[in-house]
Amino acid sequence: MKDQSQLILQFQQKDVKAYEKLYNLYCDSISGVVYNIVKNNDVAQEITQDVFIKAWNKADTYSAKKGRFFTWLLNIARNAAIDYTRSKKFKQSKQNLNADFFVDILESSSSLDSETNTIGLKEFVTKLGEKCKSVIELLYFKGFTQKEASEELDIPLGTIKTRNRSCIGELRTMLGV
Amino acid sequence: MNTKDYIASGILELYIAGSLSEKENEEVHAAIQENPVLLAEVESIEKAIIQLTAATKKDASYSFENIKNKLKVDETKVISLAKPTSTWKQYVGWAAAFILGSTLILSVLQNNKLKEQLASENSEKEILEAQIDSASTNLASAEKLITIFRDKDIISIPLGGQAVSPTSYAKVYWDKKTNAIYLDAKGLPEPPKGKVYQVWSLTLDPLTPTSLGTLDSFTADTNKIFTITNANQSEAFGITLEPAGGSISPTLEQLYTLGAVSS
Repeated sequence: MKDQSQLILQFQQKDVKAYEKLYNLYCDSISGVVYNIVKNNDVAQEITQDVFIKAWNKADTYSAKKGRFFTWLLNIARNAAIDYTRSKKFKQSKQNLNADFFVDILESSSSLDSETNTIGLKEFVTKLGEKCKSVIELLYFKGFTQKEASEELDIPLGTIKTRNRSCIGELRTMLGV
Repeated sequence: MNTKDYIASGILELYIAGSLSEKENEEVHAAIQENPVLLAEVESIEKAIIQLTAATKKDASYSFENIKNKLKVDETKVISLAKPTSTWKQYVGWAAAFILGSTLILSVLQNNKLKEQLASENSEKEILEAQIDSASTNLASAEKLITIFRDKDIISIPLGGQAVSPTSYAKVYWDKKTNAIYLDAKGLPEPPKGKVYQVWSLTLDPLTPTSLGTLDSFTADTNKIFTITNANQSEAFGITLEPAGGSISPTLEQLYTLGAVSS
């Protein structure tokens, strides 16, 4: 993935074409995470766009030392979405709050247009144990730290790490990555 | 820790999630820079997470075009206004920095000044406190003297100046109940070095002097009032100048003051 670090460098130099490539790599993932938090299509679209504009504007603050570029985007996205859920607008709308987990969204998902193996994923998550579902939900979709997840689920800190490792292992086997 | 154990620990999955501390992130970054196996593992995990999260999106993919326009708008704005704004902004920026800086320096200086002031005021306060303390002590002793002088049972005897020092004077307040005299010797000159005033009780017929002691602390004493025990049937009091240590009998040529008790 030498290409990717090159792209990131160009993006930091405000190269729009390079940014478009990065956008296409991560946009679906970021919008999925945002949707999972706000549970509204229009809002998810708006926030996803904001996330990528924000990332563009603060491109110079990204440093590979601090983590992966994807993780950096993920953090911006989760923060923006969570900020929204704390706003008056969201509290007034009170819509679609019944679907709590990414699992529910996946199971009800009708978007089969993407390259991602959505059907396979559906099968996968239905087979996933509750333990895996909650760990993945908190760590990847909600942005909990290891410690916060450990407190939320009331399981030891070390167990979060190993359990998550085996859950992601299953996912990778299924996806073949 | 070897590569296998490092991978098995699950830290790389947390690294992608963004759940690690800043320090841990830097450590993982350093580790994957050195070890291509770790890097490959990180990329695989990332790929899996990207696919999983992407699958939860409800809409079709959002087009980059929507954003592109907004990015471009920003860009043109920056270009067209670049020169004038940058110089203008620079000046304002420098001015603001200067104001901020000088305000900061000023407040630091002022703070130091205030601290110094506070310190000197504190020491002044201590001095004042000491003065008040000694003043109240003085006041207490002055009040004590006043009660003595006002006591109706106390006899006051003025001692007048004699040939050797006509301007000298003194006063004796004699409390017969307590057998004490209070000698006010303010009207005497400072004794020369090596000399000391000696107080005498006298009976007149025949003239018999009895020493009541020397005023060794005359120079040091500020109010020049001395309390002396006197159990004699004194008829007069006299003060003479004697060699240090005092004499057995008064040196009459050096008689400074003398006064008789009026009966």
